Amino acid sequence: MDNIWTRKRYPGRFASVAAVLAGVLAPPSPAFAMHISEGILPASWAVLWYIVAIPFIALGLRELRRRNEAFPYFKPLVGLVGAAVFLISCMPIPVPTAGTCSHPAGTGLAAILIGPGLTVVVASIALTLQALFLAHGGLTTLGANIVSMGVAGAYVGYGAYWIIRRLGLPWVMAAFLAGLLSDWATYAMTSFELAAALHGSGSFSAMFSLILIAFVPTQLPLGILEGILCVGALKFVRSRKPELLRMAAAGGAA
Amino acid sequence: MKGALLILTFAGLLLAGPACPTGRAASWSGVDETVIEKFAEQAGRTAREPFINTDQGDLLLFVFLIAGIAGGFIAGYNFRVLFPPKRGVGDEKHV
Repeated sequence: MDNIWTRKRYPGRFASVAAVLAGVLAPPSPAFAMHISEGILPASWAVLWYIVAIPFIALGLRELRRRNEAFPYFKPLVGLVGAAVFLISCMPIPVPTAGTCSHPAGTGLAAILIGPGLTVVVASIALTLQALFLAHGGLTTLGANIVSMGVAGAYVGYGAYWIIRRLGLPWVMAAFLAGLLSDWATYAMTSFELAAALHGSGSFSAMFSLILIAFVPTQLPLGILEGILCVGALKFVRSRKPELLRMAAAGGAA
Repeated sequence: MKGALLILTFAGLLLAGPACPTGRAASWSGVDETVIEKFAEQAGRTAREPFINTDQGDLLLFVFLIAGIAGGFIAGYNFRVLFPPKRGVGDEKHV
């Protein structure tokens, strides 16, 4: 008797069920976040990071309108990538080497697939929902979290992929480094934001280094994991629907 | 086969995390607590309650479940649009 759920016969259905199950099962506990929590940044810094984030969001929205008219599959691709970024950035992963939890951001992969501008938009939506309903991040710190996860993560990941491909190196290396560096850039930017706001009369560089070093035991392995995730996802897209990457190339990196 | 091995390795690493000796000793707190809030408290800033505080009892688990279902549904729906199932020659619908 045929099993309609076998991957060989119905890979799309299998993957859909897997996606829903992953969505339900992936966030096993909501308490392990990485975004800057409500009230941590002083008001002046919170406003500054909003001012920095807004032009990037505006650029992304303009790109969404332009590319949506040009490519028929663009809307579902943005929907899929947006949902993936939301789920990935909700997903705490225990890191045995550090005894702590943190989560990948998914913005490196998103930037390769839909471009860094649109990645800022989907990351902003994900972060807003998390700040509003999931006690994850905060509304006053939303601008800072958008800049670290959305802007820094997306543009560094995209830049790494673009440069490595232009150098003629293999796509696997480009995808891995895009995922890895986007993750590390997110936490480096978070360290910068915290140090800039909280160093007081002390040294900014000393506090920045201390925070960055404190992130290393957790984020070093998680960055590698994010690189592997990025390679796996890109390999799947290349084998199943390479035209999506050509569409992405028209707006950016691939 | 390679994909399955990769998934198994990944799942094994995740499951091994809480089971390893380091894991039993560790608190498994998020880096928001172990890094961000620690440095903020040293600088005299403390995190305050979210404006909509769902972190009460099991309410947060419920909200995360709803978010997971909604996110998983949107991801799955768009995945099906982008990667429709392949129809083979032996498929009963391929006539």
